[in-house]
Amino acid sequence: MIRLVAVHKRFGENVVLDGVNFDVQRGETVSLLGPSGVGKSVLLKHINGLIRPDSGEVFVDGELVALLPRKELQHLRTKIGYVFQFGALFDSMSVFDNIKLGITDPACAEDEHFCRMRVQECLDLVNLSPMTAEKYPADLSGGMKKRVGIARAIAGRPTYLLYDEPTSGLDPVNADIIDALIQKLQGELGVTSVVVSHDVRGSFRVGNRVALLTDGKIRKVGTPDELRDSDDQAVRQFLERDFGSAVVSS
Amino acid sequence: MTEERWRLSQAYRIPLEGAEKLDLRRYAGRMFLLGATHMGRIAFMVFEIFRGLGEWRVWLPRTWEQAYQVGVGSLFIVFLTAAFAGGVTSLQAGYQFTSGIPVYFAAGVITQSLILELGPVLTGLILAGRVGARYAAELGTMRVTEQIDALESLGRSTVSHLIIPRVLAGTLMLPVLVIFADVVGVTSGWLAARHTLDITNYDFVYGARYFFRPYDLWYSLLKSVFFGVAVTLVPCYMGMNTGKGAEGVGKATTAAVVSSSVLILALDAILSELLL
Repeated sequence: MIRLVAVHKRFGENVVLDGVNFDVQRGETVSLLGPSGVGKSVLLKHINGLIRPDSGEVFVDGELVALLPRKELQHLRTKIGYVFQFGALFDSMSVFDNIKLGITDPACAEDEHFCRMRVQECLDLVNLSPMTAEKYPADLSGGMKKRVGIARAIAGRPTYLLYDEPTSGLDPVNADIIDALIQKLQGELGVTSVVVSHDVRGSFRVGNRVALLTDGKIRKVGTPDELRDSDDQAVRQFLERDFGSAVVSS
Repeated sequence: MTEERWRLSQAYRIPLEGAEKLDLRRYAGRMFLLGATHMGRIAFMVFEIFRGLGEWRVWLPRTWEQAYQVGVGSLFIVFLTAAFAGGVTSLQAGYQFTSGIPVYFAAGVITQSLILELGPVLTGLILAGRVGARYAAELGTMRVTEQIDALESLGRSTVSHLIIPRVLAGTLMLPVLVIFADVVGVTSGWLAARHTLDITNYDFVYGARYFFRPYDLWYSLLKSVFFGVAVTLVPCYMGMNTGKGAEGVGKATTAAVVSSSVLILALDAILSELLL
């Protein structure tokens, strides 16, 4: 379970998170919506300790992330797969080596046969051909990079998956493929996921619950239906602004 | 007044509203704090490096890769620089040693200059440009494209994966390159001296051996170890703390080359005072 309690974060004069309270239950997928630059990615990076809060607490599996010693933090991170917005693939390594680096168990990572099998398995899960393993990130399209990023994130069999804008910059077809992939992984792996996005339609599709982050706070959290029926002006404005009344009322 | 405030705020990177209050003491204080911050962070990085040495399975294979790239990759430019340095030293010795000085003295000056000073310092400066720039740009690009965040998010130590191999490779390979530079420099100096000074091989060898002390070689190597740390640690630090975007990478790369070059010259002065 992931829990953020009164998390504050500022960069210089810019207050990004202003007392965020946020929970994610085991096995569910929560979509975190919000306008660009509102601090969604910053919130996500608090969960695996890439960013520490100025005040407030972030708990993962009951452990206070900010106070974990180095080794324990590294161990916690092996349980949290993180899919970066632009893939963040290691460009000097092949796709195979990128995904292999995601195998976080040291014993497994040293077993070459296991690694080959696991990389193939992960590529298969994200609908990429085995031939992709020999390619380099520079040879891949945007959508393929995102899928390799997902493959790397799931290679270590994480308990949690954090997706940072998994569909941004993709055409609608590829965005739908990624959304379907997130749903498929949730079904097949049973991971707990947080999907950060400003794509309302995709967020409603993949999330068991949807949260809206505005002005440094979680403005509203609930099931897709609850958000759709919300009377909150900010929620309605955000949903209508991005996707129009047809989607909101669907 | 507004334009002046704007100019000051840009020049000293301070908020516009504080620009008119700027005075020299504040600026000096700000620079001191900035320097102290960098020193503290570098000290913390060194501490992390020592702590990460236990993860030798991670850094050892990567160190060989880096050492190959630093060592073999830099051989040509080091040879070229050392050859020119040896030749020019001989030409200048030919110009200065006009009369009244035994010609074998020139051989001593040439070999001593190359072993004590030119070999290590020029090799250090070459590597500051070649390796330092590469490390800062590499790590800076990894920082801005979130590759370093990705490594951390996989539960990997960035120090063991990225910093230790680079620092160790530079620290190990720079003394090796300095040995090559010394040999090439002295040889080219010798060849040039035969033309400029009309020195015989016997006189050159006699002069070189007459002034040579084994300690000089150790001093040269010890200096190069310090230079090796300087040309790798500082660029790694700059790369890891790169600002945003391509501009940030450019700034980090420039700062890495300038800082490590200045540090080499400062270390050269300090070590000469302490060890000679």
